[in-house]
Amino acid sequence: MNTQTPADYDDDAPLYEASKKIYPQGVSGTFRRIKWALLFFCLGVYYFLPFVRWDRGPHLPNQAVLVDMPARRFYFFFIEIWPQEVYYLTGLLILAALSLFLMNAVAGRIWCGYLCPQTVWTDLFLQVERFIEGDRRERMQRDAATWSPKTWGLKITKHFVWVMIAWWTGGAWVLYFSDAPTLVRDLATFEAPFVAYLWIGILTFTTYALAGFMREQVCLYMCPWPRIQAALTDADALNVSYRYDRGDPRMSVKQAAKAKAANEPAGDCIDCNQCVAVCPTGVDIRDGAQMGCIQCGLCIDACDTVMTKISRPTGLIGYDTDQAIKAREAGTKPPPVRIIRARTLLYFGVILAVAMTMLYSLATRSLMEIGAIHERTPLFTVLRDGSVRNNYTLRLANKRPEARIFTVAIEGIPKAQAELIGVKPIAGQPLSFEIGPDQTLDVRLLVTAPRGAFEGAKTMIQIKATDAALGDSRVIRENFFGP
Amino acid sequence: MADTTHNTHAELDAVSGQTTTGHSWDGIKELNTPLPRWWLWTFYLTIIWSIGYWVVYPAWPLISSHTTGLFGYSSRAEVAQDLRDLEARRDLQAAVLKTAELEQIRNDPTLLRLAVARGKAAFGDNCAGCHGLGGAGGNTYPNLTDDEWIWGGTLADISTTINHGIRWDQDTNSRMSQMLAFGRTGTLKAAEISTVVEYTRSLAKLDVANGADLAAGAKLFAENCASCHGDQAKGNKELGAPDLTDAIWLYGNSRAAMIETVTNGRGGIMPAWTGRLDPVTIKALTVYVHSLGGGQK
Ligand code: SF4
Ligand code: SF4
Repeated sequence: MNTQTPADYDDDAPLYEASKKIYPQGVSGTFRRIKWALLFFCLGVYYFLPFVRWDRGPHLPNQAVLVDMPARRFYFFFIEIWPQEVYYLTGLLILAALSLFLMNAVAGRIWCGYLCPQTVWTDLFLQVERFIEGDRRERMQRDAATWSPKTWGLKITKHFVWVMIAWWTGGAWVLYFSDAPTLVRDLATFEAPFVAYLWIGILTFTTYALAGFMREQVCLYMCPWPRIQAALTDADALNVSYRYDRGDPRMSVKQAAKAKAANEPAGDCIDCNQCVAVCPTGVDIRDGAQMGCIQCGLCIDACDTVMTKISRPTGLIGYDTDQAIKAREAGTKPPPVRIIRARTLLYFGVILAVAMTMLYSLATRSLMEIGAIHERTPLFTVLRDGSVRNNYTLRLANKRPEARIFTVAIEGIPKAQAELIGVKPIAGQPLSFEIGPDQTLDVRLLVTAPRGAFEGAKTMIQIKATDAALGDSRVIRENFFGP
Repeated sequence: MADTTHNTHAELDAVSGQTTTGHSWDGIKELNTPLPRWWLWTFYLTIIWSIGYWVVYPAWPLISSHTTGLFGYSSRAEVAQDLRDLEARRDLQAAVLKTAELEQIRNDPTLLRLAVARGKAAFGDNCAGCHGLGGAGGNTYPNLTDDEWIWGGTLADISTTINHGIRWDQDTNSRMSQMLAFGRTGTLKAAEISTVVEYTRSLAKLDVANGADLAAGAKLFAENCASCHGDQAKGNKELGAPDLTDAIWLYGNSRAAMIETVTNGRGGIMPAWTGRLDPVTIKALTVYVHSLGGGQK
């Protein structure tokens, strides 16, 4: 990104420079089409997912994806996560990180070029800009001239559309945290909580600023991923590359014809600068792999268009490995592209292992929980007849969307008696009680054992909660103390 | 040899095509990679933003106070407000507990939970000093988790005890009955005390000294103790006379401790809480103590 010319060699050269405005040119081609498809898919999911419904019965919200902060629940279609199960989130983050590594090992910054929100929204904002203000050349000319009333009109329209998109982006975000249709109505009638408006405001501002103004500056100066990426790429990874073995020396079609006639080397690159004109970060891919390149593939489309026009084979810029280019330059056969290699297999294996572990634990997790805290003061109580009682606080959780009947039982000391305080016994069964849908219940459990029914100062007992109707049960082990 | 020139001139670096800053350390030159200017503006903006903080929030210390800021914000006031909100919510719950009968609270899991939470806090503040956290008792203060209740263990009994205390002479409804100091007052001689203690030990199935005269002990017991503790020594809750046949001994069941008890008498004191605690708190305490494990129907 150096802009200095030798005349500027100055001991007091500024440590800051004005960022240059980039005017990316519109382009069409395979990668542009892929990017459009992904853009529509990603934004479609983001904007409309909160409105997808999912029936969970009468007691739970029916929004397919919902982060319910007040109730401390996360809903994702058929999955419901409680706060103590936040390790699933850890698992997801591990999967996300490993997927980035895998993408990187296969084909560089796929994430940056096609999927990153910064790229997707910037792409959308650029398209709006192109639609309203015209393409690169037109915009450059207009910005260079003094602003006419028409310029003002176009600029105001553009910013208005941008703000609208940004506002909708912020609006969609808050819908993930509350029942979407209700919140939309409340927002429209100004009855929504202040925090909803606040978040919409913050996200409107960030979207507008990041996609409208900051753009490539985010990738160049703010985002850590380009730095990490530099450490993750290797000689086998496919990266968007200019094949200098074929393109250099660069010269016009005419010069090339002359050079060829004189039996001098002539490259295929005609130095038309189209690859630079379309680049959203303003870099020249012909300088080789560099941090500024987000590998969006648009320069491939631009170059292919040019090559087709001048009837030369396409692919002067394309996904390629460094070693293949070097090999061709040296006149040897380029090694085959190895997508399946130790590194990608390892990433894939770990991803698979983590995903399977998560799926297995999700599929087999119990929808009832039992936890116990042994009463410490007193550790045990001697009763009048000499028997010994230990008290526990049980916390039971029913993670199903309907009320269930739990029965508590004690095992480990044959003659021990259990009693519950804090529940309404069901059908004359003192140890059976109802627990509401998606709820936890704290009850006091008294376990009394006759002297002689247990040995020593400490005996292990099992506290078991059973849901007879569903055949589900959970057991925890606890100590029973005696004198 | 180290290059000691610290100021060379900015020049073009052949490898990177960038200029250097003109600084060099041990021959290592630094490339000039200028930051974007907006970065600088962002920095200035944060400084301006921070000035806003001085204006609207408390910031500068003065001699004996500080600037309070335009928002008039104070973290103390915020805590006070939070506490008031909490009180308001508690008052709502208190209203429910106030009208409900003790039995009703005991039998409704939701009310019980409410009362126990409230009672537990009040117990920690007022009762745990003697009875121990969780009502564990100890050291002449009764354990509230067992099934021995000197003055009764029903909800009504517990409520009476908390409201009026035990042997609390400022409350006319407090229960006053006292165990006599049989030894100190000369009612029983030392040998008689030993005899009656051995007899009592036999009732409680504790070990009895060889050759103890249980018949004489029984006679002494009938004459001196049975009027309060009952013929069978099963105790009398009206008088606060504990059952002497069970496994629970508030003052210990070693021979020495029992002789001490008969010689000097016993009579713990508990303050009356009416007037000190509001009726809802006392209700909550009653239910909480009852729920500890020993509560009787
Ligand atoms: S560099 Fe960062 S912000 Fe830019 S596209 Fe890549 S991940 Fe996104
Ligand atoms: S150099 Fe090509 S691939 Fe890289 S960011 Fe620019 S247009 Fe995209």
